[in-house]
Amino acid sequence: MEILHALIIWPDKLLLSLLALLFIAVPILYGARQAMHSLLQAMFRAVSNPLRLLSRWLFKTAEVLHERNRQVLLARGREEVSHSIVKEFERVTNLVDRDLHGYPALQRKLMDEITRIEEEFQKCGEVPPPPPEWTKAVAAIAKIKPSDDGLVERILEDISNSIEEIYERVIAEYRDSSKRRHNILKNFMPFWRSVDRTLKKVDKDLTGMQQSAAKIDEQVEKYKQIHAKSEKAEHSLTSSSTILFVISLLAILIAAGGAFVNFWLIERPMAAMVGGSEYIVGDIQASYLAAMVIIFFETLMGLFLMESLGYTHLFPLNNINNRMRRWLVWISFSILLILAGVEVALAVMRDMIISADVALKQELAGGAVMTGAVANAWALNIPKAAQMILGFTLPFALAFVAIPLEYLIHSGRTVFGALLVLGIRGLGFVMRFFSSMVRQIGKGTEYLYDAIIFLPLIIERAVLNRGPRQAALPPGRSGGMAALSKQGEHVL
Amino acid sequence: MSRHYWMIPLLAVGLLVSCADQRSHAQAIYMLVDTSGTYSQELDKAQRVVSYLLGNMKSGDSLAVARVKSRSFSEKDIIAKVTLSKDPMQINNQKRAFADKVGTFKADLKKGSAYTDITGGIIQASEFLNETGAGQKTILIFSDMQEELDYKTVRDFPINLQGIRIIALNVTKLTTDNVDPRRYLGRLEWWEKRARNAGATDWRVVNDLEHLERIFKGRG
Repeated sequence: MEILHALIIWPDKLLLSLLALLFIAVPILYGARQAMHSLLQAMFRAVSNPLRLLSRWLFKTAEVLHERNRQVLLARGREEVSHSIVKEFERVTNLVDRDLHGYPALQRKLMDEITRIEEEFQKCGEVPPPPPEWTKAVAAIAKIKPSDDGLVERILEDISNSIEEIYERVIAEYRDSSKRRHNILKNFMPFWRSVDRTLKKVDKDLTGMQQSAAKIDEQVEKYKQIHAKSEKAEHSLTSSSTILFVISLLAILIAAGGAFVNFWLIERPMAAMVGGSEYIVGDIQASYLAAMVIIFFETLMGLFLMESLGYTHLFPLNNINNRMRRWLVWISFSILLILAGVEVALAVMRDMIISADVALKQELAGGAVMTGAVANAWALNIPKAAQMILGFTLPFALAFVAIPLEYLIHSGRTVFGALLVLGIRGLGFVMRFFSSMVRQIGKGTEYLYDAIIFLPLIIERAVLNRGPRQAALPPGRSGGMAALSKQGEHVL
Repeated sequence: MSRHYWMIPLLAVGLLVSCADQRSHAQAIYMLVDTSGTYSQELDKAQRVVSYLLGNMKSGDSLAVARVKSRSFSEKDIIAKVTLSKDPMQINNQKRAFADKVGTFKADLKKGSAYTDITGGIIQASEFLNETGAGQKTILIFSDMQEELDYKTVRDFPINLQGIRIIALNVTKLTTDNVDPRRYLGRLEWWEKRARNAGATDWRVVNDLEHLERIFKGRG
């Protein structure tokens, strides 16, 4: 401001002073136009070019990182699919071993049953009774012409009686025979049922096999796509990783809630054990750390248990043999059990401390202390029992956190990788944006400079347009004017 | 190289031990109970405050209750004092014994003192609190804050209350305060100024004894 004041020629006539200053400055500025333009360009390029370089480097880094992420993702996907194919094959092998291994026996049984059914069926075939011989005699008698002879009538009457008698006997025999056949058919039922069961079993086994085959086909197709590094496979793997990450995170958060409850369950008795007035760092009490150590230790044992049981693969335990693995299972389970027992004891201790505190506060407040002479004293034990149960179950529940943790770690690599790429690209865009902005500001400043010295520039243009020398001017000399004519549209 | 892996947990434990916070996180409270004149009738309320304090104290905390009488700069005026141990069951016994002592004092007090030496009590309190080495030191003044000294007692000199916060409890209004409330407000203002000039970290007045949690509001 002082410099500005010093430049004012007539302090009482500010406008006049400014006009005079402008009048003096314009020729100088016009003379320095080329140099000033170069200076401005250099200055703004000094800012914009590094930004542009940085932006380019960021985009390139993002590309490299994206490619790396892609390779890791595909490798992981390939590994997972191979693993699931192997598992499916193992399942099919087990199925074949278990069910189709006994298939010849099953077939033999089926054939036996079918043969038996056929035999029985043959037995129950309806055999028409042979035509009686006497029907021919009846036919011969039927040809006798009716007459008044009483003998004939007598004979016919006897025959009629005999036929009725025989007819009834034949009917009875026929009914008896039908009944026997029906009984044979009735005895078929268990065989039919057995055959039906056997066939259903065969059908089920074959369906299971078909399903497994379909799954294998599906996985093989996926494997092919991953192997071909197709975009579809990449998108599918990224999407499933993101979903897995979110679900795992949710499961971990739930487990963290459980750990939080566990912490408050054991913190108070731990304060009694390690001293409530001891502090480790800042405001972190020693009892907090002790309680956290127990919880972390439980989680660690849970991790080892899950790892040695083969549910997770966070540690390289492939080198150890099955015997060692079994040992690891038993050791980690025993420690977990001991810690659960410790938590039960701490829960009891916590209840005792709280009861003593409540009694003291009642006493200090002048109230009568409840000494346990309560009608339903068993109800007072419910919270203690609940704390004991929680203390025992929470360590085992925490052990299962290993499974979502493994998925979180594996899917986290993909998700964080993608986020990092996104972040780097975003940063690259911002750099590019600022670079362009600085360049435009530089150009704008040049235009502004020309706008201030518009009068000499107009005169220069007029002179050059009128004179025949323009064509003869070397390109360098006419640069200013050419630039003006090029830029003049914007400035003037 | 792998043979030395067993040293890692040892180093971690060593690091943790060296990280142990040496600052004291315990708190020490010195409660001055005015037993002069008619204010001695407020002892029931004072006992309630003591019960509340006992109920909220943790292991390592210290508490002392002393009376304010004609001349209060003396250890003999301390009615009861305790520093709570680490054993939770032992703590309860200590608290019970403390409450009993205060109860006995209340029962034995027949007549209030003629004068009120609050300043002497505060100096005694600061000495006690500084000796405890507690991280947070508090003086509770259960009084109407009307200091009255006999002509021989000298208390008009600067005092040192660095690192101590002062809380005035149950500051009752005197008959003259009712006539002119400016006397009451001026009295509180004078004490606040004196406490802050002496280096007190905080000055607060808590008259609502139904909300004693305000005493510990902002406890670090």
